[in-house]
Amino acid sequence: MSVLDSLSNVLVANGLVTAFAFVGIVIWLSYLVSNKLTGGRIHGSAIAILAGLVLAWAGGVVTGGSAGLADVSVLTGVGVMGGGMLRDFTIVATAFGVNFDEIRRAGASAGISLVAGVLGSFVVGALVAYAFGYTDAVSITTIGAGAATYIVGPVTGSAIGASSDVIALSIAAGLVKSMMVMTGTPFVAKAVGLNNAKSAMVFGGLMGTTSGVAGGLAATDKRLVPYGAMTATFYTGLGCLLGPSVLYFTVRALVG
Amino acid sequence: MVIYGVALLAGCFLGGMFLGDVLGVALGVQANVGGVGIAMLFLILISDALIKRGRLKPVTRDGVVFWSAIYIPVIVAMAARQNVVAALDGGLMAFLAGALAVLASFLLVRVISRIGGMGEPLPPLEDEG
Repeated sequence: MSVLDSLSNVLVANGLVTAFAFVGIVIWLSYLVSNKLTGGRIHGSAIAILAGLVLAWAGGVVTGGSAGLADVSVLTGVGVMGGGMLRDFTIVATAFGVNFDEIRRAGASAGISLVAGVLGSFVVGALVAYAFGYTDAVSITTIGAGAATYIVGPVTGSAIGASSDVIALSIAAGLVKSMMVMTGTPFVAKAVGLNNAKSAMVFGGLMGTTSGVAGGLAATDKRLVPYGAMTATFYTGLGCLLGPSVLYFTVRALVG
Repeated sequence: MVIYGVALLAGCFLGGMFLGDVLGVALGVQANVGGVGIAMLFLILISDALIKRGRLKPVTRDGVVFWSAIYIPVIVAMAARQNVVAALDGGLMAFLAGALAVLASFLLVRVISRIGGMGEPLPPLEDEG
C-alpha cells in the first residue's frame, strides 16, 4: 500500500465530498479563465459548464462508460452531485424569492411555448430523419421525439416499438440538443430578448430540456433560472403524452 | 433553525414530485409531469405566506438559500456526467436533428414572448460570489 493508494481510497470512500472539492476547483479555474483570458466577457459559469462537458467527454473516452466523468472511480461522486435528485432539489430552491405575479402574467405565453416547443422540435427532428432516408412512421416519430428531449425519444420509441439503434439515435439527438442549449444560450440571449422573467419562461417551454435550460440560463443570468426551469419541467411530460399518440398517428397518416 | 428551511424545501420538493407522478399516471404517461414546477409553486406560495406572517426567520431562510446558491456547482457536476461520447457518436443525423431543433426554438423565443406584451427586463446584475 502506497500513499497514493491511501489517497485514492479516501477519495473513493467519500465520493460526494470529493465531488464538492473537485467541482469547486473546476469552478475556481473557470472563473480565473473568464477573468484573465476573456476579460469577463464569457461568464465563469458558462466556462465551467463547458469544462464539465469536455471532462465528461474525456471520462467517456477513457472509461467507455455512459456517465462521463462519473465513471472514473475516484470521481463517482460527481454522478451523485450532478444526478437528478440534487439537480431538481437545487432547482426548486432557486424558486425561493420568485415573484408569483411574474409567473401568472406569463402564464398564457408559457403554455403556448410548451406546445410550440414540443411540436416545433418534433417536426424539425422528423424532417431531418426523413431527409436521411427514414421512411417508416415508427423511426421518424422516434427520432422526432428525440429532438424534443432525450427522455421523450426513448419513451416514445419503446411505446411504438422502434428498434434499439433508432432509439439510440433519438437519445443522441436529445443529448445534442441539451448540450447546445447549455453552451449556446449565453451567446444568443441578447438577440432573442432573454433578459426578463417572461421570456425566460417562454424559453424554458420552447427548449424543454431541463438540463439544457438549467445550464444555459445559469450561464446567462442566474436570476432567470427558476422561471425557465418551471416551464421546462412540464415539457418532457407533454412530449411523452403527445409523442406516442397524436404525433405518431399524424406521421403514420402522412407517410403511410 | 437552518434545518426548518431545508425541511420546508424538502417537503415542497417531495409534494411536487408526488403530484407530478400522480399527474403522469392520470395522463397515462411514463414520466413525471411538471413535478419540479409544482414543487417550485409550493415553495413560492408557502414561503410568501410565511414571510407575510413573519414566521420565516433569517436562519430558516438560510436553509433554503444555501441550496439555491449551490445550484450552479450542481449543474457543472451534471454537465460532467453527461454522455457526451454518445451524443457525438450519433453522427450527422442526430447532430442535425438536435441542433436544428435548438435553432428553431431560439427563433421562436422572441415571437412567443411578444404575446401579451414583452416582459420588463431585470435590473443590471451585480457580480455574485
